[in-house]
Amino acid sequence: MRLKISNGRIIDPANNIDQTANLFIDKDHILAIGRSPKGFKPQKEIDASNQIVCPGLVDLCVRLREPGQEYKATIASETAAAAASGITSICCPPDTIPVIDTPAVVELIFQHSSNCKKSRVFPIGALTSDLQGQTLAEMDALKTAGCIGVSNAYAPIVDTEVLRRALEYATTCKMTVHLYCEDSYLSNNGVAHEGSVSTRLGLPSIPETAETIAINRVLLLIEQTGARVHFCRISTARSIELLTEAKSRGLDVTADVSIAHLHLTELDISSFNTDCYILPPLRSQRDKEALRAGLKNGAITSICSDHQPHDADAKSAPFSMTEPGASTIEMLLPLTLQLVRDKILTLKQAITSLSSAPAKIAGIDTGHLSIGATADICIFDPEASWTVERDTLLSAGKNTPFASWEMIGKVTHTLIKGNIVFQH
Amino acid sequence: MIGNDIQLDTKGRLKHFLTIEGINRFLLLEILDYAESFAVVGERSIKKVPLLRGKTIANLFFEPSTRTRTTFELAAKRLSADVLNLNILSSATKKGETLADTLQTLEAMHCDMFIVRHANSGAAHFIASQVAPHTRVINGGDGRHSHPTQAMLDMFTIRKHKSDFTSLKVAIIGDILHSRVARSEIHALSILGVPEIRVIGPKTLIPKNISNLGAHAYYDMNEGLKDVDVVMMLRLQRERMCSALLPSEHEYYKRYGLNEEKLAMAKPDAIVMHPGPINRGIEIDSQIADSYRSVILQQVSHGIAIRMAVMAMIMGSQSEEIQ
Repeated sequence: MRLKISNGRIIDPANNIDQTANLFIDKDHILAIGRSPKGFKPQKEIDASNQIVCPGLVDLCVRLREPGQEYKATIASETAAAAASGITSICCPPDTIPVIDTPAVVELIFQHSSNCKKSRVFPIGALTSDLQGQTLAEMDALKTAGCIGVSNAYAPIVDTEVLRRALEYATTCKMTVHLYCEDSYLSNNGVAHEGSVSTRLGLPSIPETAETIAINRVLLLIEQTGARVHFCRISTARSIELLTEAKSRGLDVTADVSIAHLHLTELDISSFNTDCYILPPLRSQRDKEALRAGLKNGAITSICSDHQPHDADAKSAPFSMTEPGASTIEMLLPLTLQLVRDKILTLKQAITSLSSAPAKIAGIDTGHLSIGATADICIFDPEASWTVERDTLLSAGKNTPFASWEMIGKVTHTLIKGNIVFQH
Repeated sequence: MIGNDIQLDTKGRLKHFLTIEGINRFLLLEILDYAESFAVVGERSIKKVPLLRGKTIANLFFEPSTRTRTTFELAAKRLSADVLNLNILSSATKKGETLADTLQTLEAMHCDMFIVRHANSGAAHFIASQVAPHTRVINGGDGRHSHPTQAMLDMFTIRKHKSDFTSLKVAIIGDILHSRVARSEIHALSILGVPEIRVIGPKTLIPKNISNLGAHAYYDMNEGLKDVDVVMMLRLQRERMCSALLPSEHEYYKRYGLNEEKLAMAKPDAIVMHPGPINRGIEIDSQIADSYRSVILQQVSHGIAIRMAVMAMIMGSQSEEIQ
């Protein structure tokens, strides 16, 4: 289809574009920005006046719950929620049931997601077989099947020798390793940040060192192995310092932060609010400020939703008996725009952290509006406000810590490969 | 402030009793005063008052307990309520029933009040948030979080021996990290105006942010006990021994076990308390446990009066609501 998006403010950080102009799409790719190509007759026109037209958003961590936990959510429900949130590409971690450690599981995910015709799904394969942290997964086969990286998700790799070899082998396969860093001995089944709230509520706690020691272990192994590592869901101020210092030594590392950690702290769990049971745990106000500052100065380059939809029962029990994770995908864009209003990020930085930066980490050719690029596009009204209501969330997971929060910024159209997959 | 919205009604009266935190001084004193009137009931030959006749109270114990469960049971019976004892450890949850389902089943039996003991912090809050509006919940101990009736019976006991909370130095000794009793005691002491609350134990058993609750940490027993008026010992769980937290019973007793020599650091009229059951020779020397300074057995009988008072106050607000 030939499509014209007219009069939108086009922001494409990858090409350093910020201008009000028309954008022309032919079939699945971007044909031109600015003047209409000769003889171009649009079959459809979208009026984007007073709206922002940016690359479709890329989310580095979304749990789709399929295969294995379809009672929580499905690829259909979550890719629809993503599309409605301007997110055109989703990376899903390997902790499905069964684990994404064989090409068959990868194929199944591709098949289901392409049937849904919503957001594109990019699976992250397992780093170790069944995420057991003992033997290497068949990374080359996973790569061939289409995995964009490998990860051990939340599962610990206790044996440092295994971690070393896994990093070396991933390097051999030229795969980025997405690592969630937590020393499982130090976290010791904790459910909350070791701080004033866990002390008051008597909740088993996770010290800052559970993360920082694990990060240091990985940083030293990167020096030894040359592995390409992406640090997932950084949560402490000290972690930012470690990463900044590593970068200054020339290590090629990247990191992301979840949107929840940029807006919530340990105080939000104050009355045993199980929707705020998230891993890594929500930490102190100081940590939150440091994460925001790290985003501003480039220590962290990308923001993800870390979306984890749950069934109602999963969150309906005494705090430490519930399952961790929050439903956040629909709040990713407006809560990132909030950081612009809070003067933490420029609008350009905000869009970068949701598009070109995560796309680069995932190694996928999207997140930009170059001429000839796949037309994955998000159009949003930066001023439209709406209130988060559990019941109206599109995600099957109603477990959001942001219920009744006021959001500013609403997606009006989402295009994937030139097709309008969502419009408000 | 935690819990307030859920445990107090619109008139500021107790609806549930989940935690000491957030309850004001007047309400705590009201509980203590009311308990005085029930303390005498236990000394009569007919130990019953008809306040809760026709009410059904269920003891929901997800964790084993003898002392707390039996004193709650006695308290309920002395108030003429019908008591249901449910040892859930051995029944429903073992069959895979969720906590929410167990609660619904019990509600169908039309219980007026649940006394809850659970191994997880926040369990009583969770249950209070799930039950029907007229059903009341008393926290009989949840995880490491809170044990409010224990703290109140301790306050009652202290008040029997010491006239004025606002001039006291109180030390709590032992495993603060895992102790719901310690947390509730710290809140109660601080709300009642105790100016100096100390916690004593090895660094492994004292949370590093304990000062946020208003207690000062001491790692040395002699220093921590100096000039205190009240010595509150905690029970040391056996499973903490010979772990990464403590090397041995022997070494713990040597550093933190209460003996005559260490107690001599406290004021001459200091009282010794313990929530029981006591580990003689681990946290406390037998002679001290049995001495005139020990008020441990008084704590047990005060427990009945406090629990009667709390139950009566809570059911009082319920009856009014139903009318």
